[in-house]
Amino acid sequence: MTDTTTAPIAPSTPRTRETDRAGRLGDSSLRPDGIPKVTGEFAFSSDLGADGALWGATLRSPHPYARIVRIDVTPAWRIAGVEAIVTADDVPGKPTYGLISQDQPVFASDFVRYVGEPIAAVAADHPETCKRALAAIVVEYEVLDPLTDPEAAIDPARAPIHPDGNVFRHQRIVRGNTALVGVHVVEGTYELGMQDQAFLGLEAALAVPDPGGAGIELYLATQWLHEDRTQLAACLDLPESAVRLTLGGVGGAFGAREDISLQVHTSLLALRTGRPVRIHYDRAESFLGHVHRHPAKVWMRHHADEDGTLVKVEARFVLDGGAYASTSSAVLVNAITHTQGPYRCDNAIVDGYAVRTNNLPCGAMRGFGVVQACFAHEGQMDKLAQAVGVSPIDIRLRNAMRTGDRLITGQVIRNVAPVERCIREMAALPMPDAPVGADGDPLHLPGGAGLTADAHHVRRGVGYGVAIKNLMYSEGFDDYSTARCRLADGVATLEFATAEVGQGFVTLAPQIARTVLGVDEVLLEPISTRIGSAGSTSASRQTWMSGGAVNAACQAVRSDLLAHVADAWGTPAASLMIDGIDIVDPTSGRRVPVADAAPGVAFDRTEVFRHDPTVDLDENGQGDCHTAFAFVAHRAVVDVDPELGLIKVIQVATAQDVGVALNPLSIQGQIEGGIAQGLGLAVMEEIVMRDGRILNPSFTDYLLPTMLDMPPVVYSWSRNATRSPPRGQGGGRTAVHLGHARHRRGDSRRHRQGPHPGPRASPGHRLSR
Amino acid sequence: MTDHDPAGTAPESLTYTLNVNGAVHDVHDASVNESLLYVLRERVGLTGTKGACEQGECGSCSVLIDGELVCACLVLAATAQGQAITTVEGLDSNGVPNDVQTAFVEAGAVQCGFCTPGLIMATEALLADNASPSELEVREALSGNICRCTGYGRILDAVARTVAVRQGGGA
Repeated sequence: MTDTTTAPIAPSTPRTRETDRAGRLGDSSLRPDGIPKVTGEFAFSSDLGADGALWGATLRSPHPYARIVRIDVTPAWRIAGVEAIVTADDVPGKPTYGLISQDQPVFASDFVRYVGEPIAAVAADHPETCKRALAAIVVEYEVLDPLTDPEAAIDPARAPIHPDGNVFRHQRIVRGNTALVGVHVVEGTYELGMQDQAFLGLEAALAVPDPGGAGIELYLATQWLHEDRTQLAACLDLPESAVRLTLGGVGGAFGAREDISLQVHTSLLALRTGRPVRIHYDRAESFLGHVHRHPAKVWMRHHADEDGTLVKVEARFVLDGGAYASTSSAVLVNAITHTQGPYRCDNAIVDGYAVRTNNLPCGAMRGFGVVQACFAHEGQMDKLAQAVGVSPIDIRLRNAMRTGDRLITGQVIRNVAPVERCIREMAALPMPDAPVGADGDPLHLPGGAGLTADAHHVRRGVGYGVAIKNLMYSEGFDDYSTARCRLADGVATLEFATAEVGQGFVTLAPQIARTVLGVDEVLLEPISTRIGSAGSTSASRQTWMSGGAVNAACQAVRSDLLAHVADAWGTPAASLMIDGIDIVDPTSGRRVPVADAAPGVAFDRTEVFRHDPTVDLDENGQGDCHTAFAFVAHRAVVDVDPELGLIKVIQVATAQDVGVALNPLSIQGQIEGGIAQGLGLAVMEEIVMRDGRILNPSFTDYLLPTMLDMPPVVYSWSRNATRSPPRGQGGGRTAVHLGHARHRRGDSRRHRQGPHPGPRASPGHRLSR
Repeated sequence: MTDHDPAGTAPESLTYTLNVNGAVHDVHDASVNESLLYVLRERVGLTGTKGACEQGECGSCSVLIDGELVCACLVLAATAQGQAITTVEGLDSNGVPNDVQTAFVEAGAVQCGFCTPGLIMATEALLADNASPSELEVREALSGNICRCTGYGRILDAVARTVAVRQGGGA
């Protein structure tokens, strides 16, 4: 991609017709849902309706912490068109839910613990009727002093704001000689703000009750149908078999759809009214209705010997989990176990807390704790380079982790660890060729169309970020995925519950089937709970896990098919192979298309795939808690106006360890999209909380990168076939870290601030909206 | 106009017609405060136009009104009477996607696809005004449309492919 943005735009090299047709592993197959998505036919969850459907809406707390004295819903009943009002008293089953511990009420009944906590829900004939009904419900509160400081939450003297206490998890890592002192010692404190996933497709669901309320059908956007079903069935007091979930089109997820949001409320209203109910959040409600990336305060002290070789890391993490547990304890483990980054280090002492406050609940977001650790360890590597007197590249190369090295948890990295290769490939990528303010167009300067920056004051800096990221679920979780393959007359039909959230598993799964089975036509069943769990679409896991399950099911069908043909041909099955679209017996030269090999016979297999087991960390943070890792190196070139604090990212270069590239076009999209979210966190995105209240719950005030903010991305990726998943890995996974880009001279804020090094980013970047 | 409520507790109710993608649609008993986005989706039944911020910041609801690119969330539906409204459903020819739509699929510009209809409408508006935009002109013209998945690189490529096709260069 060109670096001069004034040049006429040029398309990438078009793919050949042959590649378009192929669609096997390694090809840049196109999305099967691509055409429906560009014509508007594709049904997202918010597009689903049903005859006679009512609208639902949720009443939420205006206070971060308060005791509920009284709830009076009778005024709302007087509004024509209101069909149902439900509160905590109407939850027939378990009153709480949660991914790891069920500490979050379906509806608050005694206390509200964050602004936006649900208190009641209504169903009515029109969204406007719902709004008036919510406004008519009377809730009397005794407002309490909110706990908003995460450090105060650690203090055992502070009264708990929840029966489960104020600390979700405290975990230490202690390894080696903790008394050791290096020749060079550098330290810093790093703060990151709360980031919103900001998926475009807002929370939406349609619940359709069974006659008599014996069960419910729920169509929704989620990352994990089966986990939703488990929690939902418990709250509804229905058997899981009576709760059927089907994935509606998902408009992005990024971690924000792992937790329960509107699932129970929508279902309760539908069961109560006996009619279909739709709930759609608006953007302001969405900011309150899902978990966010944990704000973090991370202190680190690195010790190195004379030449800069790391000898010890010390760290303290405090993650603000907000009002309810969600996945905070797992996010904490990811953060602290990645303290050292992708660098060898034998000695460590790390202390980590994830705490409860009256801020918005936090949980999964792309990177899941590793982003917080990465921001801190990369700041430290820059400091160490300066202390030792070597370049930022050299300090990272000197310490680069390799296969066989141990993490500070004692775990040995057994998969390929091409850290050095990623760094070298990243550093070799071309730098932008245009100088600061190249053609005089202010859109190229920090501040953009705001015309605030003077090109003569702008300095250009280069920063680096190198990372290690664990893949899939950790700490002993029984992580598995299920897939079914049916083959009849040359047509393969795949079924899985893998949530397609935009990442492209619906593209990849047919590629696997075509490759294994030698077929061209592959059909996909609806994604639902009719088949066993696929686990969550998160944690960089579906290409590996559901890809593994689809591969296993296809391999099983392939074996059955070859056995059938071998039987008919009177040859051993082991002598047969699939070559392109044909079954071939190399000894006899006999060849028949897969489509014609077994007329009228259907082969049907369902398989479950698991990754290698993991274990819990012990009290010293030791144990093989993760199962696999990936690595990435980034370079960011950034223009900065140091007087005004304005920033413009000019280029991002990245080299990534993607395993086997199963769909290069998909990988390119994941890399570019991941970098955009990292860039957003680094230079413009933050949910601003004051006294437990969110100040910017809108896209007017929560700034997201636009096409003017996103620089060209240049990249290379390492292809390593020695990783152990069944069909390699790649095509969906992304590591997301913008480097610690800062100009080289005189930024007094460096290392003390989080990703917002000064005034809010350029006013100009929004002017053309 | 029917059912006027002098106390102002319920919105006014209207019956009117809209011209969408060349067809006339009757809208019955609609509240006066319904946006064009809501009416297109919930009353006309064209759900290709998406709502994601409902305050004109994200561009997901972009449609053309008499050829002008607007956010349907910011237009009161009743004010769009007598004008030609074009939505993403109006671009294909008998089910065959047009060149912009095809380019978005082939370039990998679609991931979750929620922003895609709006971006396609914005691209249509841009190329109607400027058949061979520079990269900066594309970035500026599409900067009112937020995409959270792609990082915009493949979207730029999709626009470039369309320009190449329209200029006879093939892509």
